[in-house]
Amino acid sequence: MTTPTPALACTGLTKRYGALVANDAVDFELLPGEIHVLLGENGAGKSTLMNMLYGMSAPDAGEIRREGWTVTLGTPTDAIALGIGMVHQHFMLVPVFTVTENVMLGAEVTRAGGVLERRKVADELRALSARYGLEIDPDARVDTLSVGQQQRVEIVKALYRKARVLILDEPTAVLTPQEADALFGVMRDLRAEGVSIVFITHKLREVLAVADRITVMRGGRIVGATTPSETDEAGLATLMVGRDVSLRVEKRVAAPGPDVLVLENVCVEDHRGIEVVQDLSLRVRAGEILGIAGVQGNGQTELVEVVTGLRRAARGRLTLLGDDVTRATPGHLLDAGVAHVPEDRHRHALIMGWSIADNLVLGRHDRPPFARFGLRRFAAVAENARRLFAAFDIRGSGPEATCQSLSGGNQQKVVLARALSGTVRLLVANQPTRGVDVGAIEQLHREIVAARDAGAAVLLVSAELDEILGLADRIVVMYRGRVVSEVDAGAATRPALGLAMAGGVGAQGV
Amino acid sequence: MERRRLLFIAAIISVLVGVAAFVGSARVPPLQIIASMLSTTLAVATPLTLGALCGVWCERAGVVNIGIEGTMLTSAFFGWTAATALATFTAAPAGLCLLGGVGAAVVSAMLVGLLLSVLAVTFRVDQIIAGVVVDLFAVGVTGFLNRQMMFEHGGLFGGVAPQSAGVMPHVRIPLLADLPVVGPIFDQQPIAFAGLLLVALTHFVLFFTRFGLRVRAAGEHPRAAATVGIDVRAVRHRSVLIGSAIAGLGGAYFTLESVPSFEPLMTNGRGFIALAAMIFGNWTPLGALGAALLFGSAQALQINLQFFREAIPESLSFLQQSSIVGLLPYVLTMVVLTGVVGRTTAPAADGNPDDGRG
Amino acid sequence: MTALLRPLLVPVLAVFTALVVGAGVIAAAGASPWDAYTGLFQGAFGSARALSETAVWATPYIFAGLAVSLAFHAGLFNIGAEGQIAVGALTAALFGYGLPRWFGSDLPALVHLPMTLLAGVMGGGLWGALPGWLKARTGAHEVINTIMLNYIAINMVSFLLNGALKDPEPGNVIARTPLIAASAELPTLLERYRVHWGFVLALVLAAGVAFLLRRTTLGFELRAVGSNPDAAAAGGIPVVRTTVIAMALSGGLAGLAGAVEVTALNHRHELGFSAGYGFDAIAVALLGRTHPVGVVLSGLLLGAMRNGATRMQFLTQIPVDVISVIQALILLFVAADVIVRKLYRLRTPGERVALTRGWGA
Repeated sequence: MTTPTPALACTGLTKRYGALVANDAVDFELLPGEIHVLLGENGAGKSTLMNMLYGMSAPDAGEIRREGWTVTLGTPTDAIALGIGMVHQHFMLVPVFTVTENVMLGAEVTRAGGVLERRKVADELRALSARYGLEIDPDARVDTLSVGQQQRVEIVKALYRKARVLILDEPTAVLTPQEADALFGVMRDLRAEGVSIVFITHKLREVLAVADRITVMRGGRIVGATTPSETDEAGLATLMVGRDVSLRVEKRVAAPGPDVLVLENVCVEDHRGIEVVQDLSLRVRAGEILGIAGVQGNGQTELVEVVTGLRRAARGRLTLLGDDVTRATPGHLLDAGVAHVPEDRHRHALIMGWSIADNLVLGRHDRPPFARFGLRRFAAVAENARRLFAAFDIRGSGPEATCQSLSGGNQQKVVLARALSGTVRLLVANQPTRGVDVGAIEQLHREIVAARDAGAAVLLVSAELDEILGLADRIVVMYRGRVVSEVDAGAATRPALGLAMAGGVGAQGV
Repeated sequence: MERRRLLFIAAIISVLVGVAAFVGSARVPPLQIIASMLSTTLAVATPLTLGALCGVWCERAGVVNIGIEGTMLTSAFFGWTAATALATFTAAPAGLCLLGGVGAAVVSAMLVGLLLSVLAVTFRVDQIIAGVVVDLFAVGVTGFLNRQMMFEHGGLFGGVAPQSAGVMPHVRIPLLADLPVVGPIFDQQPIAFAGLLLVALTHFVLFFTRFGLRVRAAGEHPRAAATVGIDVRAVRHRSVLIGSAIAGLGGAYFTLESVPSFEPLMTNGRGFIALAAMIFGNWTPLGALGAALLFGSAQALQINLQFFREAIPESLSFLQQSSIVGLLPYVLTMVVLTGVVGRTTAPAADGNPDDGRG
Repeated sequence: MTALLRPLLVPVLAVFTALVVGAGVIAAAGASPWDAYTGLFQGAFGSARALSETAVWATPYIFAGLAVSLAFHAGLFNIGAEGQIAVGALTAALFGYGLPRWFGSDLPALVHLPMTLLAGVMGGGLWGALPGWLKARTGAHEVINTIMLNYIAINMVSFLLNGALKDPEPGNVIARTPLIAASAELPTLLERYRVHWGFVLALVLAAGVAFLLRRTTLGFELRAVGSNPDAAAAGGIPVVRTTVIAMALSGGLAGLAGAVEVTALNHRHELGFSAGYGFDAIAVALLGRTHPVGVVLSGLLLGAMRNGATRMQFLTQIPVDVISVIQALILLFVAADVIVRKLYRLRTPGERVALTRGWGA
């Protein structure tokens, strides 16, 4: 049997960042008309590999071949010219541009004098999207579109450039299960048209649903290749992580106590003055984890900001242990026992250039034992760091090293360690394991459950349905700023939650 | 431009024109004062418009330019020096000397712009620091050269009396300039007219051409631009150079159109006010023009109170103190920046050195 | 290379490079760079009097340099030191000559002098706090607002010195206040030399600023807001209040620069006495890498250059303004340390500290 010439292939591809070898002599082959899954956990080197295959970064060693010809991809322009397209995990769309402008950017159609031919391109887009069943409005501004629609724009952008090889980097991270299924349909259609697809993911279930072939990466190397018929989820998990992993969070049944946090008819406006949380009521009890599921951008961020005092509710009432905290400041809430694990640790949690020890006291830096009479006490700060390093298994070169020097998982441990180091009545954890490796995820999950068992109320916001299903005792789904569904974790099913996340009717409303 | 801001601009200009007309009404017909106010407003708004256009070009591409003041100061100096040197050492007619001066102003401004873009785009120096470096550099260099030039020993004009090339002649737009009341508005000098043309041209290029689309993409999402093969650095360098050339014309206004002389620090903060005009104009050329006219009217009031000095009654004479009315543009700048007259949105990657490379 | 000297490397090389380029400028202007720099050095350090004058020049640079540095630590760019100096000098002068008049009697120096200096701190502090508040509350960028407040301060001072506060002495045509009372004068350190206690105060305050930033919770909060305001807010630090305090302290230090000039040297506020101290302070702060010790060193250096320039001009006919050019070059090479590092093949540090933020309000 002869194998066809690969659409895209590489051998011995290596990329170093300082001392770190992000890709170590990687061999990879994408056959024509196949959907090839590249599986690996965060930091395994998948994105590094794809960035080299798309001309975004230059390999230190190795060779890339397109349909058998050795090619040099200096810039994305080279890749585009060779029919390679990429849909990035973080969309590469200009929010204030229209769909047409975004698609034509870099491949503009112009009249004399460089004047843009917007109409002509818009018509082409209508034809293109009709052909592939990717419905989009060419004249819509991208920031008015849902994430699912934006992803379609990205795919159309690649197809408009006549891509025959399509790289999809974690495309389902922002989608509901139903949207993900729709995307798989599009991928199969594209395959039928002869497009070869690399599908990057760390979600095992999707792999089995859509892959023709599977390549697994770990620690910058290829560690295995297989097909869906030869393996199952457990096998893939072991291959991906390098050891047996428990995919289930061990926890006892919750024993909820009295209400800790109560929200009554809360409305919140975002920075543009648009109401993004509408008339929302919910309660979190001591000793339970309330999971908030939903596609990103449905008001969860603003809800968390209100609960932690970073934003004022436009209307409604918040009470914490019976006290009205509608207008409380973050400092006030911190004192009252509200611990916060922010969504974006780089922006909202850590001061990256500071020492880990200083980061571990941020927020309590002015209380005893860390300060007295307005003067800092460094001995107590150092002691605190030693204690938390041990308790949370933070792995780095020591408390005086900067947060910058830590891996994502260890940075997140610092954030959680700080949050849980005081008296915690309410833990607000927003995307607590985003971009973190499996080992750290397991530990972070254990700590969250331990906080619950110690009697804290936990408000968990996550876009990962698996995380919600694994951790939460009770689940509410947010859609367009409202709670559209509330269920006990035991009664929750993936399709029902997915439907609710997409705005359809799920379980009974509150 | 947002309705609220448009109304604010119209209201303030009307009030200031009204104040001038009222103060002088005892001796001079109000219509004459109104015409004079409008005409002066347009004239003195010129460097603000051009400076703000420079800001629009730079910041739409993602480069914060706080060095506009220094760019204009430098070009004012070299424009004047070139024109004066031509008039002193050659037999060229005044018009040619002035044209040479404008050329020197634009070229020197582009060199200053190059300094900024090398610092900000190539070396990714903190852009606000880079701009302040440009400003202080301009103050130092023009101050030094201005003094050095007159030194007998080694100076450009050492021992020679510089011959002034004068200022740009007025250009009357036929028919319109003869209209009653508004006529004087259409009787301006060339750089003022050029400013209006450049507003239209910038608007067209930014919003209707390939280059404009790429400039705006570089300023909104440089990484997205880079992934479709756009060289973000090159786009930014070009934008800064284009903007600086426009600011150079603004600098030329000071020494070749307004007065035929150079003084150290003569731009007097106009470059910073231009920046505020750009912000208030929401990073659009037309908005920048509107905001520039707003600040221009404040300055016009001061000038017109001088024009009509004899007409002002004793009780209001304190208004003529330049240190009082002269505050108006600065105070107005602070007021509009608070956002009470409507918030504006900067390009998303304004000031962000990320250019999509490694 | 010891860890202690490492931070000096880039600033020293930046100064060296600026002097080399400056030599080119001097040569182009038709003078001998050697003579010019010899004159500069003699003028700055050549005699006891020269040393005293260098300290006198350095004093406002250190105060204002500390002011700019302190703001930088809170993520704020205070370009308004010039205006804050003018306002501080004005309020100090007002208290200096006015207090005895209001009380109707002489005051002991022990009371009058501190009150006068404090008046300067308050004046400058308020002038700095305003843009801080506007920034924190409305997002209006402090860079433009502090610049606007420079112009407003200078216009306002000019108005007052020509009017209400003008020295009423017969025949006076100069825009200046009356002389302050003797009890408000800051004494000199030595007989026959102008170097005064203000210089010592500047050194003490440098230590104070270092202590504030390193050892106090306020300093911690200030630096947190400067490094990552979002994380600071999430950590319960009141960002608005901290921003206002930082700008008030910064303005207060600059105001003190003005007050010291008034009480120690001129004994009155004379229009335009601040020869651009507030702008030179930016170079002082950046050359000193915003560290108080660095600010003292760079303040002394730039003070020495300004002081020595007069002799240089006398000897070589090179206008003193060339110092502004050299200073701008120093600033250029410090700000763009990449250039210096490339030039001398130094290793680039892994992380870079962001000093300011864009408009993004």
